[in-house]
Amino acid sequence: MILEFVWTHAPALLVAIPLLGAFLCPVIGKISRTTRTAWVAGIMLVSAIVAFILASRVLTEGTVLYSFGAFDPTLTIPMDSGGIPIRIIFTVDAMSAFMDIICATVGFSAIAYSLSAESRNSGLEGYYTLFLLMVCGVFGMVSTGDFFNFFVFLEILSMASAGIIAYRVDGGVAVEAAIKYFVLSSVGAIFVLFAIGIYYGQYDALNMAVIASRIQWSTLDMIALVMLVAALAMKCGAVPMHFWTPDAYSMAPSSATAFLVVASQASLYGLFRVLFTFYNVTLNAATMGWIIIILGVLSMVVGVTMAIPQKDVKRLMAYHAVSQTGYMLLGVGVGLAVLGNQPLMESFGYMAMSGGVFHILNHALYKGLLFLTAGAIFYRIGTRNLNKMGGLGHNMKWTMIFFIIGALAIAGIPPLNGFASKLMIYESVFIFNPVLAIIAMVVSILTLASFVKVFHSIFMGPQLPEYAGVKEAPPSMLLGMGILASLAVIFGLFPDLVVTTLVNPAVHALTDQGAYIASVLGGA
Amino acid sequence: MSVLTQTLLTGTGYWNSLAWILGIAVALVIAYLIWARGEAGWKAGTSQTEPFISGNPEPQKRQVHIPSGNLYWGYLEAMKGYYERIVPLHTGDLNDYMTWYLSVMITILVLVVVFA
Repeated sequence: MILEFVWTHAPALLVAIPLLGAFLCPVIGKISRTTRTAWVAGIMLVSAIVAFILASRVLTEGTVLYSFGAFDPTLTIPMDSGGIPIRIIFTVDAMSAFMDIICATVGFSAIAYSLSAESRNSGLEGYYTLFLLMVCGVFGMVSTGDFFNFFVFLEILSMASAGIIAYRVDGGVAVEAAIKYFVLSSVGAIFVLFAIGIYYGQYDALNMAVIASRIQWSTLDMIALVMLVAALAMKCGAVPMHFWTPDAYSMAPSSATAFLVVASQASLYGLFRVLFTFYNVTLNAATMGWIIIILGVLSMVVGVTMAIPQKDVKRLMAYHAVSQTGYMLLGVGVGLAVLGNQPLMESFGYMAMSGGVFHILNHALYKGLLFLTAGAIFYRIGTRNLNKMGGLGHNMKWTMIFFIIGALAIAGIPPLNGFASKLMIYESVFIFNPVLAIIAMVVSILTLASFVKVFHSIFMGPQLPEYAGVKEAPPSMLLGMGILASLAVIFGLFPDLVVTTLVNPAVHALTDQGAYIASVLGGA
Repeated sequence: MSVLTQTLLTGTGYWNSLAWILGIAVALVIAYLIWARGEAGWKAGTSQTEPFISGNPEPQKRQVHIPSGNLYWGYLEAMKGYYERIVPLHTGDLNDYMTWYLSVMITILVLVVVFA
């Protein structure tokens, strides 16, 4: 009975559960600290289970539609609507399900981690409320089929993220980082809203499938596309619009930073959704593909080179997050550049896109893990300054092991997950343009060099006298790190299983504009 | 789990993690065999394991550790020209962030219109 209810209403529950959990969190927190902890962990666990059930349904039955307010949630077009889907419809295809899985996995790990990591701080009702709102925002952004609804969830996510970045005030520095993020996000959101207005003015629709079916590549469509690409690329931290990333990522509590990575990827999802589902072959794919590729290459190179001289471990990792986003942009950009040319798509386009999309998942796992290990170090020694660290491998062996897994994965060392997706990107991009593949490989070498420095600075060397009494991170923090580390290893050992089951369906859902439109408007 | 499930086809090649692990295992066995034929007189906890610094006393542990700032000094010196240009762009000023954002948007617009 319950399972059947969840099976049917999973898309709605996906946002309703964390939303309810968020708003009741301050009330539940009045009862006791333990009750609040159980509530938050329970809400995130149930949300994750719903996400996995929904993903399972999508992967077995195909795209899942959910019309809010309809007697039958699958009824997308009411009889008297003139053939237009007037309700808010969640359209969860394989790409959305893929993002839901990422959000559920990293969200649960980060919440488990935060139970200990944030236990010494005050104002935790606010912290967990904001965290669950972020979870709700990401689930909503990647599941909705209504573009105005996408904007609403984007705003929920942005506001909650800004709040959580400022959570640890830290002499005003965190607040400054939050304000920068908030102002940039708000300006970006205004352009997103402007683009939505352009679509609505031209096509009388907010539903993404309807917009996709009517889009013309008119001058206004070009302007809307440019505004969306710039805003969403800025939100995912693409160079040269990445400046907010090191500020925000380094100042947010580490569990929140791990989830901010997913939040950025939700914007990346939005960018890909606009390019492939809205425009697809109607746009000048080669031009836009090269624009995405250039943003990707700039992100890879500037991100990694800016990371190397950093002394703040989280700031360093934030620049690496920028760099890794470049790989995703490169892979998917190459796919976009040859979109419409089926032989080239078959030859390397789909593979490049699969590599880029697979890298989204891998990056969420290992980058989330690395931010959590940085947080565990900060939790025990109270500094993020690499110059003040050393010899912690003697005291924090599990944290060190998890860091090694994350560092090797991000550097693309086999047999970890980062290698599998990078290999797919290297080989396919090489056929498209060898120089791009060589740049990607050099960036991986620099990434390894950077993490060798971090590993040496934090864990190697003799045990320093001031850290002689340092203990290993608490169990719940180890659990959060352990989940992500295990998945990084498993996905590296069985990459084909992941690519076949999750990644390829996601890529085909993204590129098959006709199937997306038909799933909502009929005619499939 | 079959070996096939672990083989990732990349379009132009393939990757099998099991084969890689077997290769590493063989390499480790060879390394162990070489190591086993080495000096057998090593003993832990003796003066053999103490650092020899030309007869000077061992410095404090804190002084032995090389902090992060000292690493990659050569790389940073070699790339000085690049870093002198790229680091100042990261001003921390929100006005600059906004300028970059708007500049990128205009650039993309120009490219899209020109190549439309």
